[in-house]
Order: sequence, then C-alpha cells, then structure tokens
Amino acid sequence: MAAIAMPKPSQETLEKRSKIVADLQKIVPGEGVICDQIEMRPYETDAFTAYRQLPLVVVLPETVDQVSKVLKYCYDNDVKVVPRGAGTSLSGGALPLEDGVLLSMMKFNRILEIDLQNRAVVTQPGVTNLGITTAVQADGFYYAPDPSSQIACSIGGNIAENSGGVHSLKYGLTTNNLLGLEIVLITGEVIRLGGKHLDSEAYDLLALLTGSEGLLAVVTEVTVRILQKPETARAALIGFPTSETAGKCVADIIGAGIIPGGMELMDKLAIDAAEDFVHAGYPLDVEALMIVELDGPEAEVDDLLKRVSAIAEDNGSSYLRVSQSEEERNTFWAGRKAAFPAVGRISPDYLCMDGTIPRAALPQVLQEMQKLSEKHGLRVANVFHAGDGNLHPLILYDANQPGELAAAEEFGADILRLCVKVGGVLTGEHGVGIEKRDLMPEMFSEDDLKQQQRIKCAFDEKQLLNPGKMFPVLHRCAELGFMHVHRGQLPFPDIPRF
Amino acid sequence: MGEGFHPTSAEELEAVVKWAAAERTPLEVIGSGSKRNWGRAVQSAHTLRTDGITGIIDYEPAELVLTVKAGTPLQEVENLLKDHNQELPFEPANLGSVLGATAQAGTIGGVLATNLSGPRRLKAGAARDHVLGLEAVSGRGEIFKAGGRVVKNVTGYDLARGFCSSWGTLAIATAFSIKVLPRAAKECNFVLLGLTAQQASEAMTEAMGSSAEVSSAAHLPQGFCSLSQEHAMTLLRLEGIPVSIEYRLEKLRSILKRFPSQELIEGEASRKTWGDVRDLIGFAGSDKPLWKVSVSPTAGHQVIAELEKQFAIRWMMDWAGGLVWVEMQGGEPHDVPLRQIISENGGGHATLLRASGEMRASIDVFQPQAETLMGLSKRLKAQFDPHNILNPGRMYVGI
Repeated sequence: MAAIAMPKPSQETLEKRSKIVADLQKIVPGEGVICDQIEMRPYETDAFTAYRQLPLVVVLPETVDQVSKVLKYCYDNDVKVVPRGAGTSLSGGALPLEDGVLLSMMKFNRILEIDLQNRAVVTQPGVTNLGITTAVQADGFYYAPDPSSQIACSIGGNIAENSGGVHSLKYGLTTNNLLGLEIVLITGEVIRLGGKHLDSEAYDLLALLTGSEGLLAVVTEVTVRILQKPETARAALIGFPTSETAGKCVADIIGAGIIPGGMELMDKLAIDAAEDFVHAGYPLDVEALMIVELDGPEAEVDDLLKRVSAIAEDNGSSYLRVSQSEEERNTFWAGRKAAFPAVGRISPDYLCMDGTIPRAALPQVLQEMQKLSEKHGLRVANVFHAGDGNLHPLILYDANQPGELAAAEEFGADILRLCVKVGGVLTGEHGVGIEKRDLMPEMFSEDDLKQQQRIKCAFDEKQLLNPGKMFPVLHRCAELGFMHVHRGQLPFPDIPRF
Repeated sequence: MGEGFHPTSAEELEAVVKWAAAERTPLEVIGSGSKRNWGRAVQSAHTLRTDGITGIIDYEPAELVLTVKAGTPLQEVENLLKDHNQELPFEPANLGSVLGATAQAGTIGGVLATNLSGPRRLKAGAARDHVLGLEAVSGRGEIFKAGGRVVKNVTGYDLARGFCSSWGTLAIATAFSIKVLPRAAKECNFVLLGLTAQQASEAMTEAMGSSAEVSSAAHLPQGFCSLSQEHAMTLLRLEGIPVSIEYRLEKLRSILKRFPSQELIEGEASRKTWGDVRDLIGFAGSDKPLWKVSVSPTAGHQVIAELEKQFAIRWMMDWAGGLVWVEMQGGEPHDVPLRQIISENGGGHATLLRASGEMRASIDVFQPQAETLMGLSKRLKAQFDPHNILNPGRMYVGI
C-alpha cells in the first residue's frame, strides 16, 4: 500500500476469518463464497490500480434474501463490507479492506422488466450500463448516461458513483435518470424507494443514495427512465490554434443558448495520441480539438450546426469538419473514447484527474495547468467534457522512476486545488473514493464534512459499509451526535422580528 | 408569547436556531408563508421567516447557473432570468389560487423545500434535478454547505438535492446554486379534442414514446375549466426553434391521426394555457380536498376510473398521465381508498394539497411509509435536527 492510509484492520475479525467464511458459506452456498488467495486476486483492486488489497473474503450473493442475510450477519458480528459492481471505479471506491467482506453484486445480472409505455426499465444492479440500452434500442429507446466504461460498468456502480458521460450535458447524470431503487441496509432491512412514478414521497433518499459510493446501502434493484433516441445526431470536429480560444468557444456556444448533446475538448498531446492509436482522421496541426454533437430532428441539427460553426469561426477556429454519415460520426467519437488508452500507449503510467470548473474559468485553468506541468516536470494531456466544465487531465508518469508517482499525485492534487480555487469541485464524475478523500477539506469545512458523515450515521451507525472511502477522518457516530449548547435568554435584540 | 423571527442573514438565522436548540423550543420555519396551508400544521410558539434573507449572489448567464439567497421571491428570480432570456426549466407553480393564501408564489427556498415542479417536469426534470449547491443551517444551529456551483459534481453526498422535499424539517436553507436554461425560442400546443381519459392516456403515451420531444402533456376533461368547457382537451407542448417545432408537429399529426379532432394553440396563448395548468387554476375558488397523485403514467387514467366508481371527483391529468390532481366533491378526503387504489395500480403516492387545518391534522397528508423506511427517515431527521426543533410534525408525526 502506498500513501493513502486505510482504517486499521480489526485484529479480532482477522483472527475469526475461518469462522466468518464458514458462516457466510451457510448463507451463500456453493461457489458464492471465495476465500482462496489466488481466486480472490481479481478483486484486489478496481480501475484505480495504484492501490491493491486482498479482501477478507469475497461473497457473490444471488438473491436479495442472501444480500440481506450477509449484511445482517456482518452487522451482528461487526464485520466491514465493501460493495462492488463491475470494479471499474476510477477512484478506488471498491478497494477491498483486509478485514472486510467484498460483496460482489455481479450475479444480479438480469433485466427484470422493460416497460416501454412508461419509458422505464427495472433491472438488477449487475447489468451493465450498455446492457440497458442494448435491451431497448430495437424499439428506438436508450438509457442516456453513458460513462466511457459503459460496456463494462454496472448500473449499480453507476448509482454508487452518480455516473455521467459525454451526453450528460443535455441528458443529465444518473441521479436525473433514476426512478426507483430497492436497497438493503447493513442491518439487513430491505427498503423500496420510488418506482415508475415521478418524485419521492417524502425525503429524497434517491438523491442521497446516488453518488454515495457504497457507504450507505447495497442496491439490489434499479428502475431507470429511458428516452426515445434522437432522430438525427451529427458531430463536428473543430480545431483551434490555442486551448484558450477553444475554451472560450465552449462558453460562447452555451452562452448562445445552445445545449449540444455532447461537447468535448482534447489538447494537442491527447489529439496526437488518439490519432496515432485509432486513426480517427483528427487534424494534427491544431492545438485543441472540439467534438460537438447536436441531436434532434434533422432540420434543427442543421440549423444548430450552422450557428455553432459561426461561433467557432468568431473564436478563430482553423479547422471544421461535419460528419456526413453515422459511420463518420462514430469515427469522430472513437478517437475521443479511446483517448485514455491512447495516452496509456505514450506513457508507462498515467493518473486521470476529474475536477469540474465553471466554464468561464477554462482558459485560465488551462494556462495554470501548463505552469503546474512545468513545475512538477511531468507532462499532462487534457481530455474533457467541456460543455459541463468537467476536466480529465491525464498526468503522464513512470511508476518505475523513483518519486514519479508521488510527483504525479502532488501534481494532481495541485490541479484539484486549482479547480476548487476557481469555484469548481474535486470530482465531476469519478467519485471521491480513496483517491480524493484526503483533499475533501480543500472544498469543505469541518462542519460541512461532519454533517455529511451524519447522513452515514442514519444509514450505518456502526460504519461498517465501505469505511475509509470519501471522508478523510472517521468520526464515531456518538461523537458526531454530540452538541455544544449554551443556554441563555434571547440574546439578539438586533435580529428583526415580524 | 411566541416570537416571530425575521433574520436578514445566514448568521442571524444561525443565532436563532442555536438559541432554539439550546432552549429545546421548536420553530415553525416558513419562507413567506405561501404554502403554509399545505402539509401538516406545526405546533410551535415561535415562527422563523426566511424571506428577509434575499438577493442574488451570483448570476453569470453564460454559465447557466444562478446562486441566490433562499428568501428571494420566486417572482424576482423568474423576472431576472427572463431579462436574460432564461428560465427555471421546472416551472414551479404559484399555488396562491388553490391554497387560498395571498396569491403569491413564495420564495425560491419554499419552492425547493417542497420540490415544486410544473408541467415541464415531464421532460426537464423536477426542481431537485436543478439544484447544484446548498448553504443551510441545521437543527444543530450549524451552518454547512454541500454541492457546488457546477453541473457535474459528485464530491460528497448529494445533500443539496437531498434537501429538496424535506419541508424545512432537516435544515433551513440560506442559499442555493441552481441550474437554469435558455428559454425556448418558440412554443406551441398541439391539442386533441374530445378524448376520454383512456384515449388521452394512449395519445400521451404514444407522443412521449416518439421522437417529437414533447415537453409537457396534460389532459383536461370536458367541463373541467373554461378552456375545456365544450370538449375535453389533451395538450401536447412543443418547444424549440421554429423549424424544429414545425417538423415535430407534423410528426405528432401523423402518429395521432386516428384522433382527427386537432387544433393548435400557439405563442402567448400557449404560455397562458400552460400557466393555468401549472397553477391549477381549474381548482381555484373551492375549498374541497385536493390531492396530488403521482403514479406511473399509464396508471393515471385507471386510478381516475376506479375513483369515479366510488366517489364524485373533479380531476386533471398532467405529466402524460403520471400526475393526477383529484378534488373530492363530497368534502371527505377518502385518503384510505385513494391510496388503496394507487397501490393496486402499480404504486405511487398521494399528497393532500388542499384541505382544512382540521382535516390535515387528522389524516396522513403525505403518503404513509413502510415501517423500515419511516425508521430511516426519522434517523435522518435526528442526524440533522437532534432536538426536533425544525418544523416538527410538518410532514409526519415526529418528522
């Protein structure tokens, strides 16, 4: 393990391991419990591969009843639980704990109901994001949030992370497309929230659960909204002589009242790497490349493309190509979607950051990021969801060079501090996990963080679900509940009365 | 005698809550009081109004984000946005006409605390979908913030959205950041005349399942209001640039051609019509119990049919059938059979929007919750408001 410290393992749990394994085997029979070191190896990390840890034991339940019993068992015996979907978290959200049960939900892999009339799909959480779209696309529908990992990531994981994607600018994040959940609390209690109807009946627990990174409950069923696929989608590749002018163009397009289906930017390093990798036909003589996609009726798309082109020209664009076929549109996107692995080809390792900033700050942030790159002596490739200000700087480093990982982490932290400084946030869609956990105080005060942790206390008072993620300091719930009170007579005569 | 606090800043508000927490004395929390007749009444000696905490903190139209103090009148927010050709996409209602209070729309804080969304909620999402950040005072008397000023943000729990529909029982908001959108260049209302509730449901379902991008879909039965005096009206709203609306209109005409009685309401008249649907003008001037029923869209007309077998009702469907407004003509609320019918038709919830204080005190105004969920809701309340001083009992006994 490297720099980020995890909660100290419970010696008692470690000593009881064989009994815990035997007890869990009674709940989940057959191959549903994995305790062999080698067989557990695939679960030791997620897509945040800098950190690895074998779990106490891996459990793969198949029914809600099993999930409930496993959780209740862990609750009764004070055993920690780390829920896991497909393991594609980029922030270490599913990093196991040495003394924790790793609860994989991947056997919950069935779509339960497709209700086209109500535009809803009811599914188990282990179904992939793309699996939902695949199931309804023959009828002209799709599920809108489209994280780059959509071929692999599970919808349950999407709930945990409130995943976005290139189309979230127009169609929202997971939280905006979720209708209902069935969850199991650490006590084993099963709770149903929402359904195919709109809006929650009392407290908006769907909002709190979406993006809760597996710290509040385990999701066992999901109801999402599906949308009718737009009739036409066309993309334009627009090149700029500088990143700053590209950034300004983004702000101008939104400012003109145009909400594209997607609006992405790549800088020179990312363009070159992507072009070299997938030959998408990207221009190589530009410093920044915008992919902007307009969708809707054809006449609307044509009209908006004209306006976008004009705005780009006003911002000094030097290259413009509009997709003339569905194939060409997909090619434009292929380079962007392969940008991370493409950068992986030009550097032994890279760290992917995920801050979001107000769009207007884009030129300033790009300039300062260049300075930080020089300061830390590491290259940075920039790929971002420009439309919603969500940056993905990729810091290139070589883990075999002593000190480079630490330098890269420090560079990344500097970038995120910069994001917060200009009015942005630490993470737009990858989650806090362990990766950004210790940076939370950059954005939140102690009171802010304590109030957040109190939400966990309402769901999981013993703090057994995924502890060590999201919050830099673990406070016991009893301590968080303590209140300083000073009684006195009404001491503020100056506060207006009515 | 009770105090009426009217703080003008987050710090003053914090001082009042700190005092109330120390004294263990409850506060009735209101914005300007426009929705005071909705929900359960709060038993408390003291009242705290937030409509002294007003003003725009930050508004950059090109960012599509507005940061505003919670007590700012909704009207002021909407006027400001309109000046920049933008709007709150969820178009919150002015409930003055049905709640009988002074006909005003209240504060932006009240809109978000009740997650109040109008007809465009169908396409644009609810009030809560547009909340990006929150600054609030908890029942512990502590100022905290959550979320941020950017659209894409997963840093920490989504407390800003979680605040919405908490009715001032978890925390008192002092400021919000809200996502806003450009106003559509044009709007147009494609209307089908003379449909039954079931036909209307079918038509709305087909329209929503097409690529016509209908942004609102409502059905006014015949005789419901002046607009539908002669024929029932099924309204399908299209918004966008003219060339796009023309195209989508043709699409609707074509897929709905089996309902030949069609007409158009355009421009200002369309806006006015949707304003009336939003503000429930058809239910104004009565004091009979009015329910807000949320069910899956295709269940709306079934719920209506079942209710009509048992009770005299006036009703209207919105959200393509997923939202049914039901006014009980006999004066009795009939909450138990209503909720039974909802449960037998795929589930959902019923909230009593308008009723006498007596009635609201004696039945479940909000949908009763399963025991486990109620337990969780109470624990959540206790984590924000351990002494139960913020709007106690506003939603449920103990919450």
